[in-house]
Amino acid sequence: MLLEVKDLRVSYGAIEAVKGISFSVAQDEIVTLVGANGAGKTSILRALSGLADVRGGSILYADRELRGVKPHEIVKRGISHVPEGRLAFLNLSVHENLLLGAYIRNDTKGVEDDLAKVYELFPRLKERARQIAGTLSGGEQQMLVVGRALMSECKLLLLDEPSMGLAPILVAEVFATIERVRRMGTPVLLVEQNANMALSIADRGYVLETGRVTLSGKASDLAQMDEVRAAYLGE
Amino acid sequence: MEHFLQLLIFGVQLGVIYALIAMGYTMVYGIIRLINFAHGDLVMIGAFTAYFAARVPGVGFVPALLAAMLLPAVLSVLIERLAYRPLRGRPRLSVLITAIGVSIFLENLPRVIPFIGPNYRSFPKLIEFREFPLYGSAIVNSIQITNVIASALLLSVMVGIVRFTKSGRAMRAVSFNKDAAALMGIDVDRTISITFFIGAALAGAGGVLYSLTYPMIDILMGVWLGTKAFVAAVLGGIGSLPGAVLGGLLMGIVEVFATALYSELGYGAGFIVLILVLLFRPEGLMGKPTIEKV
Ligand SMILES: Nc1ncnc2c1ncn2[C@@H]1O[C@H](COP(=O)(O)OP(=O)(O)O)[C@@H](O)[C@H]1O
Ligand SMILES: [Mg+2]
Repeated sequence: MLLEVKDLRVSYGAIEAVKGISFSVAQDEIVTLVGANGAGKTSILRALSGLADVRGGSILYADRELRGVKPHEIVKRGISHVPEGRLAFLNLSVHENLLLGAYIRNDTKGVEDDLAKVYELFPRLKERARQIAGTLSGGEQQMLVVGRALMSECKLLLLDEPSMGLAPILVAEVFATIERVRRMGTPVLLVEQNANMALSIADRGYVLETGRVTLSGKASDLAQMDEVRAAYLGE
Repeated sequence: MEHFLQLLIFGVQLGVIYALIAMGYTMVYGIIRLINFAHGDLVMIGAFTAYFAARVPGVGFVPALLAAMLLPAVLSVLIERLAYRPLRGRPRLSVLITAIGVSIFLENLPRVIPFIGPNYRSFPKLIEFREFPLYGSAIVNSIQITNVIASALLLSVMVGIVRFTKSGRAMRAVSFNKDAAALMGIDVDRTISITFFIGAALAGAGGVLYSLTYPMIDILMGVWLGTKAFVAAVLGGIGSLPGAVLGGLLMGIVEVFATALYSELGYGAGFIVLILVLLFRPEGLMGKPTIEKV
């Protein structure tokens, strides 16, 4: 397993948001964590990136413990995290945002090549390369943060609700990009409230409820289960 | 006209010093949203560093200036690490009060150090004083030229770093959102340290240039100077680098003209301008209207 999380606990002061969760991601997999608002999805991803206060458990990535490692060191180990709420650097240009995605890289040539690839993938970003990111529409900002993550040459991509607030056509575009990322050989851990879409592209899934895993298994099986359909697919 | 030109020269001479100091306020505010009350005292420490450095035989203006930039810079990095960093993520008021505490400490520590003490000292003549006729009766002197050239150089280097280098990009990213910056692989702590370092180096330089202009220094010189530079930073729009330069120049020029008009007016004039500007543009001349972040 590339990522092996065991009995993870995350707290905010006295509030325990993640109450002992275990899951794993293998090479070449898309794994999704689905669950309602407040289930603890964002807290889990922030714990993986070293941003949340982990109170218990272990996070093994490529057989090394990530607990206690500083966020920027975790990025250097190959984990790229696209945070919730599409946090593009709105005070920087589109071009500078993409360069920040490659902040840890020193291969100038490779960065230029990847920049060209991202611009090819998202021509809209190329048109707006010199524009300040704050002037982009919500959909364009989402493309920007995904493109930025692609610049990092990561070995594992964490995505926190990439479909949030996007028009259906853009949602489809984002999910197509996620599948393309996996085809290029990068595993993805996808967090979504949009369980329907997430389960349709994932290999395996975990259903979360108030900080615990209630169901897990093959994504296609989960999508068929009555409990999941009732709770998350609005049926 | 000649009189006007002469006053303008004095104003710019003072304004570039305010600009240098204002830059540090604005950079630190930009990156951690802290009004660093101890910043003015770094100006004083810079001036004293140059004062003592110049006693070493063979040390001229440039080495003294560099020493005066380096010591406050290192000190400022230490202050951030020891006093401000442990409070990161806590209520902003806690950090603000800590900054006031640090400032009081820095103003009083030299008082008890035997070779410094509370007395005024005359600052060495690091620049040979010469005057050059400019236009009619207006003249410009070697210190004024030094002030303008040195600050223009330092400010452009600094703005260049922030605008065009990888570290500068990291600073702007951290200033926008620390967590998002960390997720890019940016070492947030180190970036904040670099910001404090550069800001304090400019403050130290400001202290030297001010002391060349008014060659009496004492351990409280940073209090008023810091306050006025802070006003300049707010006037220009705190957080904005061009704003700090504009605010600094404006403060210097307004102060000199007001003093010429009526000598009691000098100190207050900058504040009057500040109030007028903030009435119409609360974000300052070049600041962006911001939404208060949680
Ligand atoms: N910064 C925070 N401070 C306090 N409580 C928080 C914080 N962030 C999240 N929580 C709480 O932790 C729980 C899980 O939140 P979160 O991880 O954001 O869930 P999700 O991403 O699934 O919506 C929620 O009850 C939320 O209120
Ligand atoms: Mg969330």
